[in-house]
Amino acid sequence: MRIEDFDVYKDLLMEKSGLVLTPDKSYLLDSRLTPVAKKWGFETLDKMSAALRGVADPGLIKDIIEAMTTNETSFFRDTRPFDTFRDVMIPHIIKTRGAQRKVRIWCAAASSGQEPYSLAMVIKEHGGLNGWNIEIVGTDISTDILDTAKEGIYSQFEVQRGMPITMLMKYFEQVDEKWHIKPEIKNMIQYRYFNLLDSMTGLGRFDIVFCRNVLIYFDRETKGKVLGKIKAQLAPDGYLFLGGAETVIGITDEFQAAPDLRGVYLPTTQAAAAPKTA
Amino acid sequence: MTKSCLVVDDSRVVRKVARRIVEDLGFTCEEAEDGQKAYEHCEQNMPEAILLDWNMPVMNGIDFLHKLREMDNGAYPKVVFCTTENDMDHIQRAISGGANEYIMKPFDSEIIETKFKQIGLLSD
Repeated sequence: MRIEDFDVYKDLLMEKSGLVLTPDKSYLLDSRLTPVAKKWGFETLDKMSAALRGVADPGLIKDIIEAMTTNETSFFRDTRPFDTFRDVMIPHIIKTRGAQRKVRIWCAAASSGQEPYSLAMVIKEHGGLNGWNIEIVGTDISTDILDTAKEGIYSQFEVQRGMPITMLMKYFEQVDEKWHIKPEIKNMIQYRYFNLLDSMTGLGRFDIVFCRNVLIYFDRETKGKVLGKIKAQLAPDGYLFLGGAETVIGITDEFQAAPDLRGVYLPTTQAAAAPKTA
Repeated sequence: MTKSCLVVDDSRVVRKVARRIVEDLGFTCEEAEDGQKAYEHCEQNMPEAILLDWNMPVMNGIDFLHKLREMDNGAYPKVVFCTTENDMDHIQRAISGGANEYIMKPFDSEIIETKFKQIGLLSD
């Protein structure tokens, strides 16, 4: 790929999705975009690049963003966040939301569904929220991957990555060589297309937000903006989970690391607005 | 102290792959090519972990597991099945027979590592 063409994609991805494309990732462009070019009837990638310099079809742009997005995930990825969710967040929710018996959780990069489904399984296993109104919203910038999430059908390899066998036995059904998540878990999740650069107000207020391994793809300014918008949707006593390689330090003052809980961040409260009971 | 893992599989290739993985995870590794050999090994030396194939000559994995759990101290090792049997029926038989975890072949080091963590053989 020519260097000028690289810039076309770099600018496009930055503007439309916040993705930072560094030159060391240029090798990905050819392999991931050639199928997109083929789908849209361009003979070569160069021809598609040329077309993008004009007014490009929004559908094409969406396909390009999807192709360049990483969907690496697994059930109970990193284990610890799910233990923290069970041992800290669920008890906190039970204690503070007992009157409404309602909790809203957002998985901001739901990918193929493993994270929201893992949370749903943890909630079922815990049992303390039985009978509550539980909303788990899973969003992603890729509609293709959301279709996979909605289906809830996984390969043998996928269900073994991180998931205890007892969970597989309880919450999955085997159909031929595939594993289907049971409706009782599947029905706990609402999936929606969402671009983290867009306004979040339509998503409503959340008690807990999982935004793991997404911010790493953004530049510092975009990270700060996204975190600021997340804070506006988060309950003052809510929790934000970030990925293992992510932090708020040096990016925003809107959140601070939760003491003793790795990967968990709390919205910073203004001293004046301190004691507010739910 | 270093923990030991007994790899029970009739395939030399699988034992070799498994050995490399568990050694990388910090275990010492012993090998047995069938359930009977594994049983004899456990009589002498009870390991912390057992990675267990299902289909083997002489004595298969599930028969070994039942015998193991009846031994003095036989409740001690954590047993992880590692087999090509990948249906719910086998999984249920394994877990009700006293297995702690179940891996369906093919596997990789990450699968073994997370399963070992989940059953407390490794800390994270």
